[in-house]
Amino acid sequence: MANIQNDGAGVLAAPQKKEKSSGFSRWIQKWKGHPLSALAELLVWLSGIAMMLVMLFLVGFILVRGIGHLSPELFSLTYNSENASLMPALINTLIITVLSLLIAIPFGVFTAIYLVEYAKKGSKIVKLIRITAETLSGLPSIIYGLFGLLFFCTALKWGYCLLAGALTLVIMILPLIIRTSEEALLSVPDAYREASFGLGAGKLRTIFRVVLPTAVPGILSGVILATGRIVGETAALLYTAGSVAKIPNLMGSGRTLAVHMYVLSSEGLYMDQAYATAVVLLVFVLALNGLSNLLAKQLTKGRNA
Amino acid sequence: MRQRIVEKLMHVLFFIAACASVLAVALICLFLFRNGIPAIGEIGITKFLFGQKWKPSNNLYGILPFILGSIYVTAGSIVVGVPTALLLAVFLAFYCPKKLYPIFKTTVNLMAGVPSVVYGFFGLVVIVPLMNELTGHDGSTMLTASILLGIMILPTVTGVAESALRSVPTSYYEGALALGATHERSVFFTVFPAAKSGIMAGIVLGIGRSIGETMAVIMVAGNQTWMPQGLFKGLRTMTANIVIEMGYATDLHREALIATGVVLFVFILLINLLVSALKNKAIAE
Repeated sequence: MANIQNDGAGVLAAPQKKEKSSGFSRWIQKWKGHPLSALAELLVWLSGIAMMLVMLFLVGFILVRGIGHLSPELFSLTYNSENASLMPALINTLIITVLSLLIAIPFGVFTAIYLVEYAKKGSKIVKLIRITAETLSGLPSIIYGLFGLLFFCTALKWGYCLLAGALTLVIMILPLIIRTSEEALLSVPDAYREASFGLGAGKLRTIFRVVLPTAVPGILSGVILATGRIVGETAALLYTAGSVAKIPNLMGSGRTLAVHMYVLSSEGLYMDQAYATAVVLLVFVLALNGLSNLLAKQLTKGRNA
Repeated sequence: MRQRIVEKLMHVLFFIAACASVLAVALICLFLFRNGIPAIGEIGITKFLFGQKWKPSNNLYGILPFILGSIYVTAGSIVVGVPTALLLAVFLAFYCPKKLYPIFKTTVNLMAGVPSVVYGFFGLVVIVPLMNELTGHDGSTMLTASILLGIMILPTVTGVAESALRSVPTSYYEGALALGATHERSVFFTVFPAAKSGIMAGIVLGIGRSIGETMAVIMVAGNQTWMPQGLFKGLRTMTANIVIEMGYATDLHREALIATGVVLFVFILLINLLVSALKNKAIAE
């Protein structure tokens, strides 16, 4: 019972002292009255600080150790035993990214358009589409890799090739693009659509001329996020696109940057080059994620205004 | 007239695109099960699921060590990652000063974007040598993998838990304060329980991430095919088994690997079901 009275006193006393006392002396005060609460506050703050430290250490460690190994030879066009160049992997990454996005964006955005603009709410097929998209987004990349291997490489007899890798990644990023596009389309105010219909535009024209342009930043933020996932993906590509360190045509095997990094570090022969590759990979992925964040933030800002 | 045909045509086109994800799931199920089930039949379901020896050269295909490996490593990552993630979610939702919030939130988001191969590399060059010194033998252990996975699932769990905490009406918090509870008591004993379902969904999502993680685990877990022997010994997970041996496996060996994938797939589907059930419950509340 005495405890509860203490609580009351603490709350009453707090406003008067607030202006003078710093965060720490306030915390000492709290420690005397409510040790468990003070402990909880401490732990909560520690978790925040620990997360920051871990991330800073991870990025800092890789940058500090890796930047020194970024040499011009690393960017020569061919990979051989003397020079573990990352250029072929970089170009393969680019090819696979462009290819996957080219296929996944229309499918993803069209699905979102169907779900938002056409589908009747609560219809069975919509439910099915949502459930399957959700299922896909929960699958780990190794399952995609296994499927790609069984379907594209084995059943269709393509063997390890960039195209198989890209198509596998299309399925992997599809749910992400559907979800972000859907959110972007839903955030377009209905008044826009009504105004467009009111001016005599058809449904299609309304979608392509009014709704889609307004939703572009949101869709783009999802697409950039998907790009980040493609660039960092390994398990889904190892047995679909393979790990040959060359620039092949679409039906040949080639490794992306992330696969390159995995192979280098598991061979253990080219650790310096692995560090350098980690730097390139990390910078790419963090930049892409940062950009996507920025776009998403811009979007919510615009909506609040 | 022509316009109406175009409208109709595009409607059909949108519908076909929307069916792509349904088709993808159907194909994935079909190909995984069709290629994996026969092997399970040939090996014998009990021998496959509960066999303790994996020796493809002797025709022994028991994946119990890998099932247990996956479960142990996942449990370890939950022990390491979830308490930190929940505290972090509370920090972001109730403690973080407004000016610092964008920095912390961006960092969590970026953490989610770091590729697993980079996490694995970090584990390989930082945590493994550290464990080496600590234990005096090979640092690729169950503990190493658990710590690394704990870090990796942190942003996933934090993200879901934070939004669950934020969706609790502020009147809960204010009511508790008005009754004389401290800020901490209000947060941990009224808001936190109210967000229970959402938080659980986040944790289960984290479990799914952990159990499906492949590259990072391969790089730090040691990958021995024995039964898991303790915190400071190496082990192999189901995901690692697939990637490590798929490169050279043939015939029944290859099919047994695909069957390992089927078992993993079933695990993941069950976890997904649990997540969506919890999410629905959270919405209903």
